[in-house]
Amino acid sequence: MKDVREALMVGRNTEGKLVRRPLSPFMLGSAYKFQTSSLTSIMHRITGVALGAGTLLLTAWLVSAAAGDAAFSVVQALLASWIGLVVLIGFTFALFYHFCNGIRHLAWDAGRGFELPAMHRNGRMVVAGAVALTVAFWIIGFLVW
Amino acid sequence: MAEFTLPANSKVGTGKTYKAPAGAKRVKEFKIYRWNPDDGKNPVTDTFEIDLDACGPMVLDAIIKIKNEVDASLTFRRSCREGICGSCAMNIDGTNTLACLKPIDEVKGAVAINPLPHMPVVKDLVPDLSLAYAQYRSVEPWLQADSPPPPDGERRQSKEERAEIDGLWECILCFCCSTSCPSYWWNGDRYLGPAVLMAAYRWIADSRDEHTGQRLDALEDPFKLYRCHTIMNCTQTCPKGLNPAKAIGKVKQLMLERQG
Repeated sequence: MKDVREALMVGRNTEGKLVRRPLSPFMLGSAYKFQTSSLTSIMHRITGVALGAGTLLLTAWLVSAAAGDAAFSVVQALLASWIGLVVLIGFTFALFYHFCNGIRHLAWDAGRGFELPAMHRNGRMVVAGAVALTVAFWIIGFLVW
Repeated sequence: MAEFTLPANSKVGTGKTYKAPAGAKRVKEFKIYRWNPDDGKNPVTDTFEIDLDACGPMVLDAIIKIKNEVDASLTFRRSCREGICGSCAMNIDGTNTLACLKPIDEVKGAVAINPLPHMPVVKDLVPDLSLAYAQYRSVEPWLQADSPPPPDGERRQSKEERAEIDGLWECILCFCCSTSCPSYWWNGDRYLGPAVLMAAYRWIADSRDEHTGQRLDALEDPFKLYRCHTIMNCTQTCPKGLNPAKAIGKVKQLMLERQG
């Protein structure tokens, strides 16, 4: 560690000699169980980062449209390929998850939904809501395609 | 800085296995973190096979049995054995709790026991809590009032005022919550962590305390308070069933309200 906690990483053994103490195991997954609490939280971060990447994709699509037919048809073909579709479905899921969990965070900021049963319930609602919105979005999307 | 893996000297190896006595029928494995400052080696996980027919029901009963009968060098903190002192806080089966309140039969398979996460290890299951205690000291956890107490000597509260600190004063400072918090792992040098923030709110919420403004001033900091991202691991893990996340939420709300 490169901060003040470094001082506590040094201890003394029985002879009084300085020894380097180990840091106790921590990481989510390996030492600490994933729970609704941490899982929905880390998903919020991951989807947030994915949205950043997805926005670049969206920008590329718009820029290619401005650049002309040739560029646009390349990007359009790429996005309509199965890999492109997987990325786009992931992008929309990220959007809906981040949106739903964002509402959950707003409720917390308003002082609501902190009790454990509520936290588990609204965590499940966020995941179910994001999946449902993604599915509905793509059903409508494919119908009008 | 956030780090995601253990430093080289902290990687955990495989240690010894202590077999159950012959004839034991209900054998349970306990995989316990060991580190000895005297042997100059990395930590290891020792495996102890325990006959549950000759052991009390709680995880603390098992590790006391191990210390008494198998390996007297096993080091851990314990005192009251009834969830009121907070000494035996440790990571059991991947979550933080008090060994004395954790029934062995709640754990499927081997019982993994580690020190509280992301802390310097003094020996075996004993973490160094001095930083957490210093942070607790920093929120000045005692009643502060400028007006003198009434002539009869007591600062009185209504039942409603007293009820405001229910769910706060019961905290036993075991630090299960703070050490379950990823924000505290990454930023524990500057983020106060759920236990200490709940202690701060305990005095903010106390009708007899007159230093609410100063207390909020002291917490108005991007790290001390606002590294809480409502992950909720704290509330999920509290062995006393308290809600540090909610208390921190209240502090954040008060910060907003006083901005008008």
